[in-house]
Parts: sequence; structure tokens; C-alpha cells
Amino acid sequence: MRRPHPGLLVLGAILLVLPLLLPNAFYFDIVNRMAINAIVVLGLNLLIGFAGQISLGHAGFFGIGAYASAILPTHYGWPPVAAMGAGAAGAALLASVIAPPIFRLSGHYLAMATLGLGVVISIVLKNETAFTGGPDGMPVPPLSLFGLEIFGERQWYGLFAPVLLFSVWACQNLIDSPFGRALRALHGSEVASQVVGVDVARYKVAVFVLSAFIASIMGSLTAHYVGFVTPNVADFLHSIELVTMVVVGGMASVYGSVVGAVLLTALPQALATFEGWETVVFGAVLMLSMIFMPKGLVPTLAARLGKGR
Amino acid sequence: MARLEVRNLTKAFGGVLAVEDVSFTVETGIVYSVIGPNGAGKTTLFNLITGLLAPSVGEVRLDDQVVTGLAPHQLAAKGMARTFQNLQICMNMTAVENVMVGGHLSVDRNLFRSMLHFPSLRRADVVLRDRATELMAYVGLDAYLQSEASAMPYGALKRLEIARALAAKPRILFLDEPAAGLNPRETAEIDRLIRKIADGGVTVVLVEHDMKMVMNISDRILVLNSGKKLTEGSASEVRGNPDVIAAYLGKAA
Amino acid sequence: MLSQFLQFMFSGVTIGATYALAALGFTLIYNASNVINFAQGEFIMLGGMLTVFFLKSGLPMPAAIVLAIAVPAVVGILLEKLAIEPAKGADTVSLIIITIGASLVLRGIVQIWRGKGPAVFPAFSGNEPIIIGGAALAPQSLWVIGTSGVIVLALWLFFNRTVAGKAILATSVDPLAAQLAGINTQWVLLVSFALSAAVGAIGGILLTPITMTSYDVGIMLGLKGFVAAVVGGLGAGHGAVAGGLLVGIIEALTAGYISSAYKDAAPFLLIFVVLFFMPRGMFGAKKTERV
Repeated sequence: MRRPHPGLLVLGAILLVLPLLLPNAFYFDIVNRMAINAIVVLGLNLLIGFAGQISLGHAGFFGIGAYASAILPTHYGWPPVAAMGAGAAGAALLASVIAPPIFRLSGHYLAMATLGLGVVISIVLKNETAFTGGPDGMPVPPLSLFGLEIFGERQWYGLFAPVLLFSVWACQNLIDSPFGRALRALHGSEVASQVVGVDVARYKVAVFVLSAFIASIMGSLTAHYVGFVTPNVADFLHSIELVTMVVVGGMASVYGSVVGAVLLTALPQALATFEGWETVVFGAVLMLSMIFMPKGLVPTLAARLGKGR
Repeated sequence: MARLEVRNLTKAFGGVLAVEDVSFTVETGIVYSVIGPNGAGKTTLFNLITGLLAPSVGEVRLDDQVVTGLAPHQLAAKGMARTFQNLQICMNMTAVENVMVGGHLSVDRNLFRSMLHFPSLRRADVVLRDRATELMAYVGLDAYLQSEASAMPYGALKRLEIARALAAKPRILFLDEPAAGLNPRETAEIDRLIRKIADGGVTVVLVEHDMKMVMNISDRILVLNSGKKLTEGSASEVRGNPDVIAAYLGKAA
Repeated sequence: MLSQFLQFMFSGVTIGATYALAALGFTLIYNASNVINFAQGEFIMLGGMLTVFFLKSGLPMPAAIVLAIAVPAVVGILLEKLAIEPAKGADTVSLIIITIGASLVLRGIVQIWRGKGPAVFPAFSGNEPIIIGGAALAPQSLWVIGTSGVIVLALWLFFNRTVAGKAILATSVDPLAAQLAGINTQWVLLVSFALSAAVGAIGGILLTPITMTSYDVGIMLGLKGFVAAVVGGLGAGHGAVAGGLLVGIIEALTAGYISSAYKDAAPFLLIFVVLFFMPRGMFGAKKTERV
């Protein structure tokens, strides 16, 4: 119970030392993208890994946040922080309206419904050209916090690193709490959780809304960070990327989320030298890791080490 | 006083009546058994009472309050708990965590306080863990305090389900074939455990095929056949009833 | 007014027939293995792209078509052998990811091999439209609708009138019992993947003269086929056909009367309506869990 989280200390140490090791802005940028993905994937893993409910449309919520931060300040003069809050509230509201009927479904039907949600959001973003700039996207104004504009990869790292650390800490707290236990229990046996008092539908909705909220916030931050947003952030392939990070890193594993995000963010960079072959290699990595490591990297390694003791 | 009253309970699946016009009353603090041949509708009856199925007709009262049609989690809050014929253990969790889930309703489940690691919530959870540990000892699972549920043998999992149900602090506990698949020694232990639970003031409703055990521990017995109530009475009354023998062995006997 | 409606219906039924074939592909594999094959759309893409390639290599049309059906069928068998079979017993999410990985590999290879540009070949029987009730019906549409009808009929006969077909059906209902009855369930899986790929490829070949093809058409076609299969009720053959036609018609009517920009959203909104009111689709089997 009171065991200190050794993983958290290690992660904190890595995040502290990293800025000293990264040679230039290019590497800071990659690390920032890893952190962004890791935080979204942490939320998604609560839904997929811990509660056992799949979502193939999570990029849709990321897109809602990104475009809220692009559209509201640009067209209506909102301060960025208010826009970010509005986007997250909107994503959470949409999730809570759509979740109750969605979660009556299970398995492939749930996959289909969430996939449909994502596709519809991405089509709206592509087509409402007057607001979104259409397929070409639109610029996003910079983010200022407490009157200070965040500028450059290094400053953004200063924002993303603590947010990542906080997210890992909060996720660990959550899964170690009665709430998280109920989530894992309904994954293990829905009927058994019901008869001891777990309102299964409420928990599924709650964790779906939470993960949508996180995705939207990160969508907003990413939009400000990149300074430009296109409908691709909300499309099916981005949703698949996020699910893949969950699965490759390890379902129901907090550090698996981080490791999955780090590896799959680094992969395209590593593949850039194989010009043209990115898609093929990415697909092959997905297949191979699922075939040979269905539990995901971190849980598999943890089991290996446990056996070695 | 009657803890549970079931009146005219009926469940139709399509045109088939799985449970038909069944009424009975369970007094507080007793062990009440439901028996009958395979397919008599015993598990369906349990599912109707505990809210997993909605009855087509009929009424269920718990301590004089109508609870028909409530969801299982609402019934749990009113003091109902149960185990399952086919094990429903969360294999993705440890044994203790399974029992702790049973105490779900007694602790703070707020999302934000959970994420932010509120001390009050953490203290309550420590208390719950201690209680779960005690309950595991109570059902005889001391040896599995550190175990993953997936690493436990079948007989231990049967008892883990009982510990989880007890963690919900039920007023009435439904046990669906707790001795199924157990050897005679394990069955005798479950027998003693049920007696202990009933003596502790929890009303027990039992579905079981092991007649020796049923006759041994039941205060009253309900006999179902083809979804209908055949008879009800004490162990000796039921044992001597020619209809019951016919139902089990076929009319020709 | 009526002629306009008829025009939309023609294009709806034409594209719907292709979705029906894609949905049948999903259904074949789902019934045999409980896997939703997200690479189904790539078979459709392969059908079109390979026909273009074989025609350009100088083969006559019939030979090109036969090869463009046979190659995807072999790819389907390889997919089963190399990716699905080794992952036996994996959960739904993992299997979905595996087939998504396979679709990325196929798409990537075709992109490298044939480039990103669109590809097309001429319609089978020219472009002189037939006028019915003031609406124009392209001869290729008749090819699409007719061939799809023949395939549906052939599959129906196969499953209901042949021992091989019944063996596959038996395996989908209860694999263990089928195995005990002497059915080679391994063979059933391979046949299902091959058939599914071939049916998808045929859809892709038929559609290419109308809509053109490129390395990335598989995503949307596959997803819409999946929608059709779910709308019809996963696992139901007649449901897949009905679902495909429904999705095609609704898409065409949306494009005609509401907004062509939102035609791609229509199938996905339809899925919500259907799943909320009929959680198992139009013809899906009811399942109850025993506890």
C-alpha cells in the first residue's frame, strides 16, 4: 500500500537528466511528442487495458481539443486557456452523452461504434472549411500561461515533462484505489462486480469521459505546440496509432503506456532512413509484437524478470 | 420476521416458462435450500431474485420492501450478495483484491480523490484490505493471501467467491452450488463454513446438488421441478415426499 | 424529380453491391474464426490495382481478372497462416491490431510498388448509358450488380448445398464439435480467408472502372463494408447483403439530397442509429451468457 512508486522516481530522474543529454531542438521535439502520446495513451489504457473496453475513435477527442484551441482564439478571440477548457468540456460532454448507449454494446460492436464516432468527427473537421480550413488545416496561436508565452521546444519540454509525471502518478493512484479496483473487476467479471455493488455502466462511462477529457487537453496543447493543426490529428490512423501504443507497451500497465508511446513515436523517426517503407515496417512491427508478445512489452518483461528471481 | 418473500415469480424465455408461479418465504437467520433436478430452474430463480434477470411476473420483497426489477448493484446496496455456479472470479487481480471488490460500497469511490491520493480515501482502503484479509482467513484461505487469483486451485476459488460476497456485508447470501466439483473433504469444509456464516446472522439461500450436505445443513428446503414449486418443508418432510423421489428418479420409479 | 431519385438509387445500389461483397468477406472470416479482418479493404484495393497491373503487362482482360482474384486469395491464405494462426487464443483487441498491421503492410507495399497516383481501366462493356425512367445507368453498374448477385447466389448454394460449405457452417457454430465430427477446421479457416479475399477482390475489380482505384482506397471501402456487416448483424450472410445495399443507398441519397461532402459520414451515423435500436444489427443472432 504505502510502497513508494520506484517507477515514478526513475521516470522523474530520467525527465530531469534528459535536458542535459539532448543535443538540440530536434531531439527535444521528439521527446515532447513522446510525452504527448504517453499522456493520451495513459488515459486510453485506463479504458482499454484496465476496464477492458476498446475505443477505435479516440483521435476524435484529440481533434476536438486541437480544433477548439485553433478555432476559438482565431475566430472568436478567446484566450487559449479558456479555449482549451471549452474543448475539454465539449469532449467530455460528447463522451458522456454518447457513452451510455455505446457501452450497452460489447466487443466488435463497441469497436465499430467508437470507430464511427472518430470517423464522423474527422469528416466534420475536414468539411467545415469556413471554421477549420478544411483538409489543409489552420494555424494555431501560441499558448501563454500566466502572461508568459511558451516558446520553443525546450520551454515546452518544461511543461510536458511535469504533466507526464503528474499523469503517471495520478493513474497509479487511480488503479490502486477502490475506483480503479472496480474498473479492473468489471474487466475480469462484469456480473461478479455488479452483484457486489459496482454500477458497471457508470464506471465505464466515467472512465470513457476521463480518457476523452485527457485526449482533448493533450490535443489542445499539441495544437499550440505545433502551431498548426490538420484534420489528420483526428483520423482513424491516429486512433489506431494510439491503440497500438497501448497494446505494444502493455495493456493494464501504466509504464507500458509510457514505453509504448516512446517506442512507437521513435519508430517513424528511425524509419525515416528507409524512405517509403515506413508504412510497411510500422505494420510489420504491429503484427509481430502482437503475435509474439500479446501481453505487451512491459508486462512480458516483468514476467520474465519475475521468473528469473 | 421474513427476510425474503418471493411471490408468484415467473420467467418466460420466448414461449418456455423457466420459472412458473413460484412463491416462498425465507425467515431471517436460517439456511434455506433450493433443490431440484437439472433444468428445474434453480439458477434462473437466483438470477431473478438477485436482479440479473427481470421477472415476467411476480414480486420479490427484501425485509418487507419491494425490490423487484432493481439492478444487481442496487440490490447489493440493500444487502444481497451471491456466488455463482460457474466461477466469476476476476482473474486479472490478486485474491485479496477480489475480496476487496466485495467491500466496494463501503469505501470512497470518488474519481478525483482517487487520482489525487487523498489520505482519507487511502486510510479507508487500508481498513478494507485488513478486513479482506480477515475474511480470507475466515473462509480458510490464509495460504493464498499473496496469491494472484489466476494461480489458485478450483476449490480455493469457490471459497474466494464466498469471501468476496461476505465482504459486501450482506443480510442475505445466495450460494449457487458452492460444493459443485469439490471432493468430499472440501465439501465437508464448505458445509461447516455455511453453518458458520448462518450462525453469524447472515441468512443463507443455497442451491446445491449434494443431497447429504443439503439435508444436513438446511432449515427448510424448496423443491423445484420444471420451473414449478413441487413442495417445501423441513429436510425430513422433503425426504419422505414421494413426489420428490419421483421427480428425481422419473415417474416410473 | 423521380428520375433524380432513380439516379441516386442506381448509384446507391451499385456502390452498395460492392459494400455487400466487402461485408460478406467480413462475415466469412468472422464466422470461421471470430476475427474481424480489418485488412478486408486491402483485398478490394488489391483486386483493382492488380487488374490494372496485369492489363499493363499485356495480359488480356479475362486472364488479368483471374490473376487479380487469385493473388489476393493467396494473400488471404498467407494472412491466416502467418498472422492469425500463430496468435491463436489472443483476445479481440490483439486480433484487431494484427489485421490492422497486415493492412498497413499490404497498403505500404502497393504504395511503394505502384506509387500514390490513381489507376483505372476501361469499363467492361463501354460507357454508353442505358436510360431508365429518365435516369442513366452505366453498363458497368449492371456488371457490378449482376456479378454481386451471382456471387451471393453461389455462396448461398455453396453453404447450403455442398458438403464443404456445410462443414464451414458447422465449424462456425461449434469448432470443437465440428472437429470431433471429423471436419478439418484448419482447412475451413484457410478456405474462409481465401474466399473472403477473392470476394473482396472481385468487388474491387468491378468498381475500379467507375470510381478508379489507388493504394489507399481500402481503408474507407473496408470500413464501410464493416459498417454494412454490423448493420446487417455480424455473422449473418443475408444481413451482410442487406446491410451493404442499405449503406450504399443511404450514402448515395445523402450525397444527392444533403451534401456530397458528408456522404462518407452517413454510414457511420447509420451505425449509431442501428446499434442503439438493434444492438445486434438487423439480422444478428441473440446471445445470452450463462452464469
